[in-house]
Amino acid sequence: MERKPRLLTVLDVLSIVLLAVATWMALFWAPMEALMGNVQRVFYFHVAAGWVGMMGFLLAVIAGIAYLRTGAGKWDIVGLSGVEIGLVFAFINIVTGSIWARPIWNTWWTWDPRLVTATIMFLVYVAYLMLREGIDDPNRRARFGAIYAIVGFVSVPLTFLSIRIFRTIHPTLVGSGDPAALGAFDMTPNMRMVFFFSLFVFTVIGIDLLWHRIRLGWLKDQVEQRKFQLMS
Amino acid sequence: MFFLQQGPAETTDYMILGLAVIFVTMLLHVISLRVRRRNLEKDIELLEELEGK
Repeated sequence: MERKPRLLTVLDVLSIVLLAVATWMALFWAPMEALMGNVQRVFYFHVAAGWVGMMGFLLAVIAGIAYLRTGAGKWDIVGLSGVEIGLVFAFINIVTGSIWARPIWNTWWTWDPRLVTATIMFLVYVAYLMLREGIDDPNRRARFGAIYAIVGFVSVPLTFLSIRIFRTIHPTLVGSGDPAALGAFDMTPNMRMVFFFSLFVFTVIGIDLLWHRIRLGWLKDQVEQRKFQLMS
Repeated sequence: MFFLQQGPAETTDYMILGLAVIFVTMLLHVISLRVRRRNLEKDIELLEELEGK
């Protein structure tokens, strides 16, 4: 069995330490937002989780293109891993957004374009996992996964741009948003520092989890090959 | 909710809930990765035993 690389162990430890530091900074370093109070502190991780989620889905597109060009099974494993990591962080993004919305918008959920497009994006990739499992032939499954990941990615820029092209109450962090947004705020230098540090920390955690997921995929592939050899 | 508001709103409970969701979700994913890996390692051990027979 393949030994765990030392670099991965270092990355594990680094992820835990960085997450602890980011949490401390979000709770104690960043000042309390003047109107929203403490719930605004969730925003640092909410945006960072959305970022990592979208990067996971982007990786699945890159892996999908690489698979279609080369036919190498390793790209299917990378693509599947990207989708799984993307889903975990997209889930965190959607749920924390809902928790933030309860005191700020006075509702857990509203049919706002950003919330709807983010949910559609999430469901598109849940369907990716479910539909894959229904295909027995590994080559057909990988080809389906590659094409689905490329086509399904349309939902990602649509989610990102939804607050810029539709009328929405969701605050816009980068660029100009709808003036009707509820919960928008100007970041102080400390808030900005925590925000960018959280983006960095979640990216490191995302890479760490992705590496573990890819290794799991390789191991599963080995088991399937050995089972096939034993039966033939 | 912000009309005529004096000072920040008391939203600490929601912050705790949000952070709990983040940490629990990540922890569950780590556990899931660990469990799936352990199961596959058991499968390999079993396959090695069968190959040896």
